Amino acid sequence: MPTPLIQISGLEKAFPTNESWLGQWRFQHGKLKRRKDSVHALNGVNLTINQGETLCVVGETGCGKSTLARVIMGLTQPSAGEIHYLDQRIDQLNNRQRMVFRRRMQMVFQNPYASLNPRMTVYQTLSEPISFHNPQLSTSQVDEQIDALLESVGISASSSDRYPHEFSGGQRQRISLARALSVEPDFIVADEPLSALDVSVQAQVLNLMMDKQEERNLSYLFITHDLAVVEHFATRVAVMYLGRVCELAPTRTLFSAPKHPYTKALLSAIPRLDTNTAQPIRLIGEVPTPINKPVGCVFQARCPYANQRCYEQSPAMMMQGDASSVACHAIEEGRL
Amino acid sequence: MNLLSVSNLHVNFHMKERELAALIDVSFTLNRGERIAIVGESGAGKSVLGFSIVNLIGKPGYIHSGSIKLEDKELTSMNARQLQAIRGKRIAMIFQDPMMTLNPVLTIGDQLVEAIRNHTKISYKDARSIAIEKLHHVQIASPEKRFDQYPHELSGGMRQRVIIASVLLLNPDIIIADEPTTALDVTIQAEILQLLLAICRDNGVALVLISHDLGVVSKVAERTLVMYAGQIVEEGPTLEIINDPQHPYTQGLLNALPQMTLPGQRLNQIQGSMPSLAERPSGCAFHPRCPYATQKCKQQQPDFIYSGVSSVACFLVEDMLNEFADHDQEAQ
Repeated sequence: MPTPLIQISGLEKAFPTNESWLGQWRFQHGKLKRRKDSVHALNGVNLTINQGETLCVVGETGCGKSTLARVIMGLTQPSAGEIHYLDQRIDQLNNRQRMVFRRRMQMVFQNPYASLNPRMTVYQTLSEPISFHNPQLSTSQVDEQIDALLESVGISASSSDRYPHEFSGGQRQRISLARALSVEPDFIVADEPLSALDVSVQAQVLNLMMDKQEERNLSYLFITHDLAVVEHFATRVAVMYLGRVCELAPTRTLFSAPKHPYTKALLSAIPRLDTNTAQPIRLIGEVPTPINKPVGCVFQARCPYANQRCYEQSPAMMMQGDASSVACHAIEEGRL
Repeated sequence: MNLLSVSNLHVNFHMKERELAALIDVSFTLNRGERIAIVGESGAGKSVLGFSIVNLIGKPGYIHSGSIKLEDKELTSMNARQLQAIRGKRIAMIFQDPMMTLNPVLTIGDQLVEAIRNHTKISYKDARSIAIEKLHHVQIASPEKRFDQYPHELSGGMRQRVIIASVLLLNPDIIIADEPTTALDVTIQAEILQLLLAICRDNGVALVLISHDLGVVSKVAERTLVMYAGQIVEEGPTLEIINDPQHPYTQGLLNALPQMTLPGQRLNQIQGSMPSLAERPSGCAFHPRCPYATQKCKQQQPDFIYSGVSSVACFLVEDMLNEFADHDQEAQ
């Protein structure tokens, strides 16, 4: 039985749209009404991340993947819902209380060109978190740790005096990973860590992430839109659409038997190398705006199986026989 | 006659202290209605090649030598005015980011009509009806309404459709598409690729697709050129390249894809990364990363040789072919 490390329940996050006070007034039915719009990035997300597993979150632009990562890390406050780390609630901590968790949870960002400070050498970048979280260490001990850390991510310790611009993209992403690992976390959130990298370099970084997971029993929350990477790397996959999780399943189950109509379309759209020329399932229309909460199922507008109930009632996550869970009325009613 | 033939093209970047070579001895041909792909990682020179074809290479880059012929017209020696008549009308280009390509302060319609009226003498009304017909052609719903909207009112996929419509306006012979789907989501990407493919097929337009995604390429192109550090290292039918790659770089690129290994296994990585223009290695540019590199690879540059239906620039393949040839001779 896997032990849950992070538990998220009913997580919501709404960003107010930046409209001026005057812009908030609308003329409706002969009356002036003031209305504040907000973008609902997360609409009640429930997830569990187990110890030592990789949970991949996939979805299209604007579905709330990155907001989810930032809320878990405490970089933004959720509007509603709870986040638990083991048995402690961590979504309402102040900065001092959060310090412990900052050390145990780390993040790797999408763009290594932007997430490393260009004016700090690699040594400075790595020594800061180490000596901040371990004030008892002497300088020589810190140096030792940094050398070992750099070697472990495949960068020679002699280059620790260099600046980020002297490294290639893949090397920079490995330095970001080294920075995250420097405080010995249990849990790493990686927000599209491969998307700025070339294919041959992607493989290097992905291999490194897998090695570290094995070494230190790390848990990953891996956010990506690249389904080929997901199939290779994930233990379980959560498919997100417009701020909700619509399917959650073990990787092999998801790829062999996708259930939700959106997951099916998503999987059929991956351009694969094989020569089969099966037409991708065409979704009509595009992702609707997340301004104002939709009533009913979030996927209603593009779903070929939507009926009256989908427009009125929001589907709940239902456990299926094969350890996956899906939020879809059509599957629940047996229409699909 | 080939529709487009590029031969021995050298493109350099003129820097303060030295000349940097971005394209080295690039040659290829394109037939009428053919779809080819240029594949490589960032820094391989694929975009430079795409831009050079229509002579859009900006300073400090310039075409050092070589020729680019559209049928029998030499493009490298044309002046700005002559080139203007070719760009858009004969050779059209689609760029990566549709938001950067469309002018944000003009309506979609104004931009389309302007493109037509720049090349043909035609009334606004006629130009408008052509534009609306093309918008309809790329499956934009209610094109009359979209005609008067601004780019920011459309979604990313819709904008790329408008770009494709604008490219079709003047019925070009060649479309150069530089990473046309990289900025889009997977489901939208699939639709745009289908559309591009259908349009090229139906109108007999030749396509040069520039991409880093071998999956995308395998769905669209008949022939593929693989580029590394400013040179073409392998060329052949797409299926052949994917199923039986000859050059160690192409092999490495394909093997590095996650679907090539079992889930949970380590991926086959290529060591190191693409060299920058200033640090081009001697001999074969791939030798520092190549698992089969020999002394010869460090010193000499391999020539392009035919191997079956593909051509490859690699000593390894060359030696292997020579060995086969020797065997054949002995047998005879």
